Amino acid sequence: MGWRMWLPLMVFALFLGLAAYQLTQPKDEFVESRMIGQSLPYFELPAATEDLPGVSSKDFADGKPRLLNIWASWCLPCIAEAPQLEALKEQGADIVGVAIRDDPADVAEFLARHGNPYSRIGRDDLSEVQLGIGSSGVPETFVIDGKGTITYQHIGDIRADDVPLLLEKLREAGR
Amino acid sequence: MRGLLALLLAAMAMPIVAQGNAPPAPYAYRQLDDPAKEAAAQELMETLRCLKCQSQSIADSDAPMAGDMRHQVRIRIAAGENPEDIRSWLMQRYGDYVSYAPVVSASTWPLYALPVVFLLIVGAILLRRFRRRA
Repeated sequence: MGWRMWLPLMVFALFLGLAAYQLTQPKDEFVESRMIGQSLPYFELPAATEDLPGVSSKDFADGKPRLLNIWASWCLPCIAEAPQLEALKEQGADIVGVAIRDDPADVAEFLARHGNPYSRIGRDDLSEVQLGIGSSGVPETFVIDGKGTITYQHIGDIRADDVPLLLEKLREAGR
Repeated sequence: MRGLLALLLAAMAMPIVAQGNAPPAPYAYRQLDDPAKEAAAQELMETLRCLKCQSQSIADSDAPMAGDMRHQVRIRIAAGENPEDIRSWLMQRYGDYVSYAPVVSASTWPLYALPVVFLLIVGAILLRRFRRRA
């Protein structure tokens, strides 16, 4: 017998250690899109507000890289994100919005209150574009290159320190 | 009196995080007219995972996004699409996460391999013990 007597205890300790380790790991709740590197699916969305045109997948094929921002006027983190989108716009980013399950009056009110960084906003009442590009929540921001290929996904609201990275990803997409 | 006040306050309470006032997608809560197609859609929806609520299927969830996913599933089934094609369409976008149907992949193969390994170990131990006794 000898050392083998301790074998079951050792296996048990191993499981205990594994469980303890997993408990200390932060929970990763993000579902990443598998569409990075793929083309945008075909879509055509009507305008979400009177003042801006709607969005079609063809708008992304003119050679200019853009940010595609999935948001909604009812989404609280989108309010926190608004100043960062404004900063991105000031530094030359063209931001296309897709408003999820939204109402034109609510969209107009949001833009009046929190600023309008968008060149276009499409109205996605059925989350079609959201499902089509593998986005699982609002807000999310995708970098789309000049040929309509998705090159990067940012999940959650954009914080001030995310702005340089997104600008860098836009530059990369423009190469 | 206090009960009445509580009732009044409860009636005035608003959800803290409303998900918009937009009506749900047409087929989020409406069944397909064809019972066979609705059954196929239901079977698929019960094995697709809600993206917003972690441990619920889209058939069980009241999250608006789950409603939009049910709408997608139902109109695609109604259009004659194969349920497994719809599943793979979603898995191309969200990976294994979105499906409750288990698949063997780079991260899940130990689940299938370990039981076999354990059985082999047990078999080897038993074999040795029986031989020793004989």
